[in-house]
Amino acid sequence: MHTKTLSELSRMLDSGETSSEELTRETLDRIKAQDSRYNSFITLAEEQAMASARQADEQRASGKASALTGVPFAHKDIFCTRDLRTTCGSRMLDNFVPPYNSTVAEKLDEAGAVCVGKTNMDEFAMGSSNETSYYGPVTNPWGDKLVPGGSSGGSAAAVAARLVAGATATDTGGSIRQPAALCGLTGLKPTYGRISRYGMIAFASSLDQAGTLTRTAEDSALMLNAMAGFDPRDSTCMDRAVPDYTEGLNNDIKGLRIGLPTEFFSDDLDPVMAQQVREAIREYERLGATVTEISLPHSHLAVPAYYVIAPAECSANLSRFDGVRYGHRCENPQDLNDLYLRSRSEGFGEEVKRRILVGTYALSAGFFDAYYLKAQKVRRLIQQDFIQAFEKVDVIMGPTSPSPAFAQGDKTDDPVNMYLEDVFTISTNLAGLPAMSIPGGMVNNLPIGLQIIGNYFDEGRLLNAAHQFQKVTDWHEKAPEGAV
Amino acid sequence: MQWETVIGLEVHVQLATQSKIFSGASTNYGAEPNTQACAIDLAMPGMLPVLNEGAVRMAVKFGLAVNADIAHRSVFDRKNYFYADLPKGYQISQMYYPIVGRGEVSINLPDNSTRPVGIHHAHMEEDAGKSLHEDFHGQTGIDLNRAGTPLLEIVSEPDMRSAEQAAAYLRKIHSIVTYLGISDGDMSQGSMRCDCNVSVRPVGQEEFGTRTEIKNVNSFRFVEKAINTEAERQIELIEDGGTVEQETRLYDADRNETRSMRTKEFANDYRYFPDPDLLPVEIDDDYINDVRGELPELPDEKQARFTRDYGLSEADAAPLVQNQAQADYFETVAKASGDPRQAANWIMGELARLMNQNDITIDQCPVSAESLATLMGRIQDGTISTKIAKQVFEALWNGEGTTDEIIENQGLKQVSDSGEIESLVDQVLSENPEMVEDYLGEEVAKKQKKKFNALVGQVMKASQGKANPAQVNDILQSKLSKN
Amino acid sequence: MSISKEQIEQVAYLARIQISDAEKSALESKLSSILDMVDELQAADTDGITPMAHPLDATQRLRPDEVTEPNEREKFQKLAPEAENGLYLVPRVVE
Repeated sequence: MHTKTLSELSRMLDSGETSSEELTRETLDRIKAQDSRYNSFITLAEEQAMASARQADEQRASGKASALTGVPFAHKDIFCTRDLRTTCGSRMLDNFVPPYNSTVAEKLDEAGAVCVGKTNMDEFAMGSSNETSYYGPVTNPWGDKLVPGGSSGGSAAAVAARLVAGATATDTGGSIRQPAALCGLTGLKPTYGRISRYGMIAFASSLDQAGTLTRTAEDSALMLNAMAGFDPRDSTCMDRAVPDYTEGLNNDIKGLRIGLPTEFFSDDLDPVMAQQVREAIREYERLGATVTEISLPHSHLAVPAYYVIAPAECSANLSRFDGVRYGHRCENPQDLNDLYLRSRSEGFGEEVKRRILVGTYALSAGFFDAYYLKAQKVRRLIQQDFIQAFEKVDVIMGPTSPSPAFAQGDKTDDPVNMYLEDVFTISTNLAGLPAMSIPGGMVNNLPIGLQIIGNYFDEGRLLNAAHQFQKVTDWHEKAPEGAV
Repeated sequence: MQWETVIGLEVHVQLATQSKIFSGASTNYGAEPNTQACAIDLAMPGMLPVLNEGAVRMAVKFGLAVNADIAHRSVFDRKNYFYADLPKGYQISQMYYPIVGRGEVSINLPDNSTRPVGIHHAHMEEDAGKSLHEDFHGQTGIDLNRAGTPLLEIVSEPDMRSAEQAAAYLRKIHSIVTYLGISDGDMSQGSMRCDCNVSVRPVGQEEFGTRTEIKNVNSFRFVEKAINTEAERQIELIEDGGTVEQETRLYDADRNETRSMRTKEFANDYRYFPDPDLLPVEIDDDYINDVRGELPELPDEKQARFTRDYGLSEADAAPLVQNQAQADYFETVAKASGDPRQAANWIMGELARLMNQNDITIDQCPVSAESLATLMGRIQDGTISTKIAKQVFEALWNGEGTTDEIIENQGLKQVSDSGEIESLVDQVLSENPEMVEDYLGEEVAKKQKKKFNALVGQVMKASQGKANPAQVNDILQSKLSKN
Repeated sequence: MSISKEQIEQVAYLARIQISDAEKSALESKLSSILDMVDELQAADTDGITPMAHPLDATQRLRPDEVTEPNEREKFQKLAPEAENGLYLVPRVVE
């Protein structure tokens, strides 16, 4: 059953072919048997999962089920889950069991989906390779020494390894799309404000957005249906109706106007990657879409702007971890400063500390205008590029990442090189736009991602375009050895 | 050299909302520690702020009351610093785009003059929790009930030139916020707190001297004392050839001195930036007009009406309107007694004296406005004299009965029977022949009047104060002129 | 733009992050390389551009002034490293 998609499992539960209890049991057993290879889970929720499964079966029996009722899935360990440890990949929260649910957890609960555990991630979602987790690196199911991408690397590896059919994830600069690309999955980062951030541990508040990692666009639509929507507890969550995202999946995409940004296909891009991506786009042309070249002239400034704004916001967001009310506290603090200094230095890993320092520096007196304000202005220029582009095209396509999965340890000593992993994904976070990465081909026997960027709140169109592609290609069906 | 003190105040007013500025926890004062600190106030991971409309409304109300510009768009910023009572490691405040812009208040000085003081701006922010320094095995206890209570920080221009003016300004802000009902203004509970920016300069010099900020001065009296002592310190320092350092100081009321707060290893750098969890607050004209419609009559308007409608002098009206309850009390007494001026005298005289003595406010005053009016009526109808009335008033205060019961039970009714008074006069004249001699022999009119009054006093004394003074006068006069 | 050891010390103190002397040099070069990359921003022409703090052009929603949160002290203080008599404990703060 582990090779089935969410939609297939949903149909099987509906027809009575299997029960949630059976499915959940099998899922947990498989994770326990196989995850030592991937390290994709931090915490398993065995008891809670079995209880939810039994409840889901009752719900199914009484005919009050939604599509996801009884379907096992995993949460990225950034979403607070009531009475279930939530670490955010950090020693700081190693013992943190929240007494509350994030809205995303609440909504998936209400939909009857069965959370089997919490997935590994880069510490506080800071990283592009899942090597910054306190719980150790995650291994990409596509290769023993390969990174799964990050920061949602645990969720991506778990889905790619067919441990679960779907997982929640978050994306601040590419943390859903880049792992999706590197693991051969469908990753969706919705519009900023589409899904509530309440109870989702903040990295950079104006960039963070929850989303999904699944194998197919259809599954993304199912999960988005359950996760999206207004939440009065998040001031930045938009009060906008949620359409049924599965409804438009089968729309004809004839006439879809695709824009290819010149800047995404520069000479810097590996020609093999470029060729694969262009090949995928030709598939769209065969489906009746039209392709035009466009320009996003400020693209090259996205990474620099991001590495001011995200660290600045994170430097404040992570101040609450002070060893006083929860989380790691150092032994025998001598005074208040000692408590702060040691608790935080012991609790946070290197990359997190580095970003806090960069952010603190960018906001400090004398640098605020040159860094923070400048980056905010550049952010607007980047947004304006997109707004102008969307006057002429419906979606923008390009590569998700510069290369397929790379080896563990390859980029850990060079933060800037690591940051460039997100060179194609970061600009949409800055603009707040929705984007997907779908399996778009193979390079060196490794999956690569095709990125599709949409206009604000145009997730339906993205999912439609992705689904139509997946109907005529089988890249999304390719599985790593050992997973099937 | 002649020195001038320049003062600006930052007044923090706790807004009287039911719930916190960014969470739905209660703001009630005095609850068990941390029972009113919800996940948001505790800065639990993943928690997000949502702005309380009540706090916005109150801030706008204040802005309108001081004729300030209300910002159609204001923005919340994060002020970053670490402290045990600041759970998020930043305070949500408004640094760059505050909700209330430039305004002005008029302060009332003891010589009955007024003086304008500019409001630079007022912004919304959240309060911090409290550190309890009692010993918990050598540790400090943190109570976060207060964390997230809405504050309005009202920042004045450096328009004040004496500690007295600063106190008058603080009283005016207190009047305004309590009139508006946006704060209880209770300084003893910290509902209103004040930081004083103080500098000195030689009289005639244009530019300001270097200022120091005295933190958390929490009573009207201490504001005056702290400013005076700090100004003296600065003057002495400069005259001794030193220079004032821009720094934050604390006022020690026991020693009546200010002292520098411990200098940190590195200077504080608050790294303000817009809070990405909150969006710009937009306020349209409809909202502003709606709030405007809720404004009560404010102290200045009330003072003008009291002088106009009740014929009070500015000097009498100004202290009366300082707080709403007192002004209401006055109006009830004035209307019921038909004698506004006497009503004002009673309130600012006897009533104020006893309230001061007992350290209570007018809401806690045991003599109701209606009783005071009845008492005044007994003076008007001649039942008692003004002097006896004060005695009755004290008895009323002490809960010895109603006005009439007290007059009756204590036999305080004024004697207006002319026969009775005549015999008292006769008695005094026969017992004090030398005083009578003295009076008759005096040729200077003024001195003679004084000697006459001494005799009146003897009669009043003989009547135990109950004789009608006017009648005593008349009868004594006629008796003496017969001699 | 490079960052000096002194600046790192000051920023680390502001952020309450302890850095050992051994870590300092490596950090200095890593932070400097990040700041060099970030400095590409300076070349951008941003005259007349309004800073963008937020991706969506929306305004703050206001919550009615109502008490909605019950007392959950016991639940929260179970998470606390040290709490007593309902108070969170920290090393003695000298004022």
